[in-house]
Amino acid sequence: MTTLTLGGGRTIPARYVPVLVTACLFVAMFVVGGIRYDGFATGQVVLNVFVDNAFLLVVAVGMTFVILTGGIDLSVGSVVALSTMISAGLMAGPGWPPYVVIPLVLLVGSTLGLIMGYLIHAFEIQPFIATLAGMFLARGLCYTIGTESIPIDDPTFTAFAQTRIDLFADLWISPSVLVALVVVLVGAYVLHYTRLGRAVYATGGSEQSAVLMGLPVGRTKITVYTISGFCSALGGVLLSFYTLSGYGLHASGMELDAIAAVVIGGTLLTGGTGFLFGTVLGVLVLGLIQTILSFQGTLSSWWTKIFIGLLLFVFILLQRLFSTRTRR
Amino acid sequence: MEAPAPILRMSGIGKQFPGVRALDGVDLRLLPGEVHAVMGENGAGKSTLIKVLTGVHPADAGDIELAGRSVAFGSPLEARQAGISTVYQEVNLCVNLSVAENILIGREPRRLGRIDWKRMRARARELLARLELDLDVSAPLSSYSLAIQQMVAIARALDVDAQVLILDEPTSSLDADEVDRLFGVMKRLKDEGIAILFVTHFLDQVYEISDRMTILRNGRLVGEFLTSELSQVELVAKMIGQELEVLDKLHGEAKVFDRPLVEARELGRAGAIEPFTLTIHEGEVVGLAGLLGSGRTEVARLLFGADHAGTGQVAIGGEPTPLRTPRAAMSHKIAFCSENRKTDGLVPDLTVRENIVLALQATRGWTRPVPREQQDELVGRYVKALRISPADPERLVRDLSGGNQQKVLLARWLILEPRLLILDEPTRGIDVGAKAEIQRLVAELSSGGVAVLFISAELEEVLRLSHKVAVLRDRKLVAELPNDDALSTEVLMETIASGGRDR
Repeated sequence: MTTLTLGGGRTIPARYVPVLVTACLFVAMFVVGGIRYDGFATGQVVLNVFVDNAFLLVVAVGMTFVILTGGIDLSVGSVVALSTMISAGLMAGPGWPPYVVIPLVLLVGSTLGLIMGYLIHAFEIQPFIATLAGMFLARGLCYTIGTESIPIDDPTFTAFAQTRIDLFADLWISPSVLVALVVVLVGAYVLHYTRLGRAVYATGGSEQSAVLMGLPVGRTKITVYTISGFCSALGGVLLSFYTLSGYGLHASGMELDAIAAVVIGGTLLTGGTGFLFGTVLGVLVLGLIQTILSFQGTLSSWWTKIFIGLLLFVFILLQRLFSTRTRR
Repeated sequence: MEAPAPILRMSGIGKQFPGVRALDGVDLRLLPGEVHAVMGENGAGKSTLIKVLTGVHPADAGDIELAGRSVAFGSPLEARQAGISTVYQEVNLCVNLSVAENILIGREPRRLGRIDWKRMRARARELLARLELDLDVSAPLSSYSLAIQQMVAIARALDVDAQVLILDEPTSSLDADEVDRLFGVMKRLKDEGIAILFVTHFLDQVYEISDRMTILRNGRLVGEFLTSELSQVELVAKMIGQELEVLDKLHGEAKVFDRPLVEARELGRAGAIEPFTLTIHEGEVVGLAGLLGSGRTEVARLLFGADHAGTGQVAIGGEPTPLRTPRAAMSHKIAFCSENRKTDGLVPDLTVRENIVLALQATRGWTRPVPREQQDELVGRYVKALRISPADPERLVRDLSGGNQQKVLLARWLILEPRLLILDEPTRGIDVGAKAEIQRLVAELSSGGVAVLFISAELEEVLRLSHKVAVLRDRKLVAELPNDDALSTEVLMETIASGGRDR
């Protein structure tokens, strides 16, 4: 089955269905929240989801690249923490300016990703194992910098972090949201309009075929882990804007949030199918769950995890049904 | 008419793999505008020859000339850039991508680094039009049938300026209409002056499409022949290097079977097969003939205990014996080679030895491993007896050709020394030579006292091997015919068609 027939003879290509399901879910959650809670159904609530999750969105973009090739990157949470730690450490200790620190952090993250990608390609190591090693390594490196939380009080940095960009009608976003949106747009362009992007999809569809079709599969795999490393480092920078601190315990378990967002956004874990737009929706759904719980007030934040878990079950089941239906 | 100069000439090609001489002094020449078939049994060296040509393996000896220039390709990509495109047996495309992408990925039309989707779709449509195909090029490839996917693979192969197109068993998963369509495409390409190298197991197809053929046997060149000058019988004889006549005499003298081994008494299962009665004697080969879906496999599964019988009983050596599980059947020395050797038989990532010993080990239980010396002794004997090639027990089964895999599966059951061997389509999808060997083996087993229940869609084969033939039709055993001089494939077909009413 490749199309879904709607009433009136219109059809939607099957590959858009998962994204649409997520979009409907988001709208439904928003409507239900709006009916149940006063002051929920405003534009700022949605924008706050972006503001609070800009770093997750950036990390999830990198994760989408990796999962589209059929891989996985467990190191992202640790790399985020390491990035906050390096930023805070260098700015608080030797007092380096942000415009030196930030490029350095991005370089470190990308290099870590590059190394993991190279290991995965050159030694045919399972991505799960290689990035698990990266996860421990990066988390451990945080504590060589410091075991305590390091506050950031660099004036340029804090000024940027506290900037509000006013939109129309009292709505506002943070600069981080802009950064995240630029990352999404660039990512989407790369995936759909460049050879690298198409090679990512081909590798995820069938690695063996991609090799026989003469595509640079090895280079593609190394590149996606580098992209993921870069995105994690950038996510770390955005997180340190958000918390104005560096800490080795930041972003623990964030790799799982990122994977959850990608899966809920309709990307198949086996690779080859999915859209970045879906990942944006996935992050929004996760963020909205938290918002609803904070409006509810009586439920502890652990309920977020329970809801995410349930959602994941549902979406993985959907994927399963969906892929068996298309294979036939 | 003077033949045009060959576009491709391979001469004196040799290739050595550890322990195997895969190719030895093989010549091949391809002429523009001709379909050239490479023929040979499994393991004769066809695939190796193609792999050497396309740069997957380097050649140890010999020269390759393309359009008069000496070439050596380091990878399939280099070969393709030089104009030699290959379409493999399994469609090697990405079904998650669109048709257009599958044709053009890796060389998409771009503007300032940005993929120009509009031009890409137009170019894909153009290439497909050359094959007289009109597809929705933006639809994912998964929405089309295997045959169409194969055509898309060909379209991809043709996008580069291909002078030589290699089709490695392109028809093995296609049905008759789809094969016709593919042949239509091949004829068009031939008329455009492309040299096509065609590898297949289907002799009829070779005669339908090819102009010329090169025959290989055991990695050596037998010769190059014009298809129109070589009869099918001669071709087969050249491929296997011996005549098939021996086989026709397999059951020359009539034998008397008086020691019933397995008797099915009114055995049946609702929805699968109506109650039937069938006696299989020691040393007797019983053929099961009937159309696909007539209940052949169901009979076999009941006798092996793989399905529960609803009615009736099975008697072994005269004693009624319940066969509730395959294990119970195995303990009575009944063995069953199923028709899907890929899905429910062999473990591709284990070695030949491990695969052969598997069933023996299972009957002993995991706490009593088969001693290694005994394994080597048994495996060595069966590898030799069945002529499994390459004769290396430590080779992975997935590296073997289909016919040899089938032999490994057979060896696994033979090691248990069964008294009744059930073979469900043992010769499907394997080449003539391996087929002849499996048939010879069945005949040998039967003269050694083993009973064989032989299921095959090929009536000639059933007739050649069986002492008696049971005919199935619409899930009912309609006739049991002794294989005497009066029985012929015509009579069998008649019986299948009429349901045995006249007899």
